[in-house]
Amino acid sequence: MQNISFYEKFSPLRIQVEETPTQARKSTDMNSTAAINISHLGVHYRTQKALGDVNCIIKSGKVTGIFGPNGAGKSTLMKAILGLVPISSGQVLYKNQPLMQQLDQVAYVPQRSQIDWNYPATVWDVVMMGRVRKTGWLRSFSTVSRQVVKEALERVGMKELQNRPIGELSGGQQQRVFLARALTQQAEIFCFDEPFLGIDQKTQTIIFEIFHELAAENKTLLVVNHDLGQSTAHFDDLILLNCELIATGSRQEVLTEENLHRAYNGKVMYFAA
Amino acid sequence: MLNTLIEPLQYGFMQRSLIIAILVGLLCAVVGSYLMVQRLALLGDAISHSVLPGLAIAFMIGANIFAGAFIAGILSTMAIAFIKTRSPIKEDAAMGIVFSAFFALGVTLITVIQKSNKIDLNHFLFGNILSVTVDEVRDTSIIATIVLIVVVALYKELLFYTFDPLGAQAAGLPVNRLNFGLMLLIALTIVASMKAVGVILVLSLLITPGATAYLLVKRLHEVMILGAVIGVISSISGMYLSYFYNLPSGPAIVLVVSGLFILALLFSPRHGIFTSHQMKSGENVKG
Repeated sequence: MQNISFYEKFSPLRIQVEETPTQARKSTDMNSTAAINISHLGVHYRTQKALGDVNCIIKSGKVTGIFGPNGAGKSTLMKAILGLVPISSGQVLYKNQPLMQQLDQVAYVPQRSQIDWNYPATVWDVVMMGRVRKTGWLRSFSTVSRQVVKEALERVGMKELQNRPIGELSGGQQQRVFLARALTQQAEIFCFDEPFLGIDQKTQTIIFEIFHELAAENKTLLVVNHDLGQSTAHFDDLILLNCELIATGSRQEVLTEENLHRAYNGKVMYFAA
Repeated sequence: MLNTLIEPLQYGFMQRSLIIAILVGLLCAVVGSYLMVQRLALLGDAISHSVLPGLAIAFMIGANIFAGAFIAGILSTMAIAFIKTRSPIKEDAAMGIVFSAFFALGVTLITVIQKSNKIDLNHFLFGNILSVTVDEVRDTSIIATIVLIVVVALYKELLFYTFDPLGAQAAGLPVNRLNFGLMLLIALTIVASMKAVGVILVLSLLITPGATAYLLVKRLHEVMILGAVIGVISSISGMYLSYFYNLPSGPAIVLVVSGLFILALLFSPRHGIFTSHQMKSGENVKG
């Protein structure tokens, strides 16, 4: 029963997907190249396998989503790509060099729930953190950095709240602060862990707008997402996980009944459609 | 009034103790702010109890007691990290195990050696600020200078790391070295504070001034600066109370700083129990 309703709910999306003109897709493919090469990536927590033998390519100029059920290792995959958790096998290359050695190219936004929002800091302080690496040791922030931070705050609509303590923000506002921080890092690779969890519609719209702008600038975007609802249409490529790689490629290639069935073990999923 | 305040200063031991008290009040508040924001108050307690065997061994072999205490403090943090990473034991349990073991070893060693060395276990546990020597004032000043310079120099990196360790690591900051550096700062601060308040009460000077300031201001550097002011005021008032009413100095300082915390808890404009009800309704931000 539940499976049927799931597929029924899904079918409009698939139809819409199939209607996308192949010609248009090809032209965007021309601009994007394989930015990140992941081969045989595996992660173990103590003796338990969290992620096994993931092979895939993440393209620049695309918004790539990491999807899968709870506990599928979505966040773990993102952390493993960035070297934030010890990997048990494999390697991650960016432009044919280990990504770990090019972390200055990366802007990473952790899950909002991993942060202590009662930390004594203002919106300004947090966004300014994005400039720490560019500023370098023993130096204070430059006028350029302050300008970059101001622009990022304006871009996400948080300029008026720049002096507010972060503990007094709503979930959506907190997420926009993190988005602004990522923008100030002027990175090539943007990684977001569950940016749409517990946020308002306005914030979601702003985030997707900025994702598409960044993709248009040929940046690489990697987004962990819990929700297979309507917002799926905003992603170009998908990585479907369930402790191992189920499927990867364009959204159309990945979102097949068979793949989804394998990823979600035929169990019900929640739709925000 | 002024004469009353100046009177104790004619004694050399009071001058030295006041200098130490001020330095320690300042230093503990600044470094302790990092413990508070990382929710690592228990780690401060663990390190402070763990320095005891280092002190004892330094005494036995005639080495610098600051160095001995520092090494023991660092060993304890490494032991905690080892247990946490190599076993399913959680960090708080690891801290409890390590610091009580170190503390027991320290108490045992000091008890064994105290007869022949004319030292007193109580002085290590609760401080003995009135007996500080010129050399100890010098050592404490050097430690305070080093620690404050490092905190200022690494302020932006430590802010990023203590707020969002994963984000800092992903940005390419050497988070393991930053964390170890922070542990060194905390261990140095505790070692510098032993003489003033002893290993048991030093936690109060590390956590309470920062926590008090946290109720009043909203940015980390403000917490540190206001915390330092609170720490220094508490140290000075505690010393005077101790002088005029013949109270033990360490506990007197701790009682003053705790009293200031209670005032802030009750009357802070933003978070006070009696004063923040207007703010709470205004805090309902949506959007």
